[in-house]
Amino acid sequence: MSGPSADGPIRAGSPVPEFTLLREDGTEFTRADLEGNTTVLVFYPFAFSPVCTDQIGLYEEVLGDYLAKRGVSMYGVSCDARWSQTAFREKLGVGIAQLSDFEPKGAACRAFGVYHPGGFPQRALVIVGPDVVVGWSYQAPSPGDLPGANLIFDGLDAVAAGSGTA
Amino acid sequence: MTDLSSAPLPGLCAQDHVRGPDGAPLVIVYGDFECPYCAAAEAKLHGARLRIAFRHFPVRSSHPRAWPAAGAAEAAALQGRFWEMHDLLFADQGRLEDPHLWARARTLGLDLDRFDADRRSPLVAARIRGDFESGVRGGVVTTPTLVIDGAVHAGRIEAQLLEDHGAGEP
Repeated sequence: MSGPSADGPIRAGSPVPEFTLLREDGTEFTRADLEGNTTVLVFYPFAFSPVCTDQIGLYEEVLGDYLAKRGVSMYGVSCDARWSQTAFREKLGVGIAQLSDFEPKGAACRAFGVYHPGGFPQRALVIVGPDVVVGWSYQAPSPGDLPGANLIFDGLDAVAAGSGTA
Repeated sequence: MTDLSSAPLPGLCAQDHVRGPDGAPLVIVYGDFECPYCAAAEAKLHGARLRIAFRHFPVRSSHPRAWPAAGAAEAAALQGRFWEMHDLLFADQGRLEDPHLWARARTLGLDLDRFDADRRSPLVAARIRGDFESGVRGGVVTTPTLVIDGAVHAGRIEAQLLEDHGAGEP
């Protein structure tokens, strides 16, 4: 089975569906923006919440020194308004660009199979290849569990090996 | 290409900073000198009969002075005073700016010029980064993270945890 599913995030091997998110500057970020790069989408429940704060702070530590050197882009995705995301990013002093799924709320999260029934994104990681096909995906057992940054690198290795099973 | 893919947390290594009596239960701490939960954990660990190994896990967004503080501890280590600096850093987390680090170095009687060069050196940065990388690869996501008998405990620790692992009074 491929594509969005009720029981988990979009699977490896699925083409990324059409979606529209807003960048912090209000411009649209769509499927076309994923072409040509390897991208890690970090879906997180809420800006400013404790676990998300730890998660984005930790991932920032591996972004510049490790991911960027592999030519990998990273975005944080939540249903918060873009202004809230900018305030969150600035408060943390991090560079991870933010994408907002505010209106229609959660539409992109649903397309990726990571919308929590409570009205927020599951804590999930999706790696998209330059061909805009999902290379690897992972959803935390619960929104309170913080996936280690090592999982991102396991995912990148799985993508490189052609097997994106989390 | 640097690789942070999953790998087990390393057991005790030759370069680890270790203190405590031989034969006491070993606790490996992934910590950050600006983290208040780490300071609370250190207070509990310090009062128990344990062998402690300390590894750096600084996260800049939460604790902007964690890296410079780790550098101070490693620079002190190069003059044989790691644990003394470790204790002085945790004892006063509100004062971690450069002049406060120099004051601690003076208190410990360190060679100040050498301390200041060492704490900014590539050697010390590589040492801190090595600890951080081993933690990331082993799935450490927060501080403090304690490894006791191979089991990983993340976040705040309770005294009971240490008692369960055979830590008595010193």
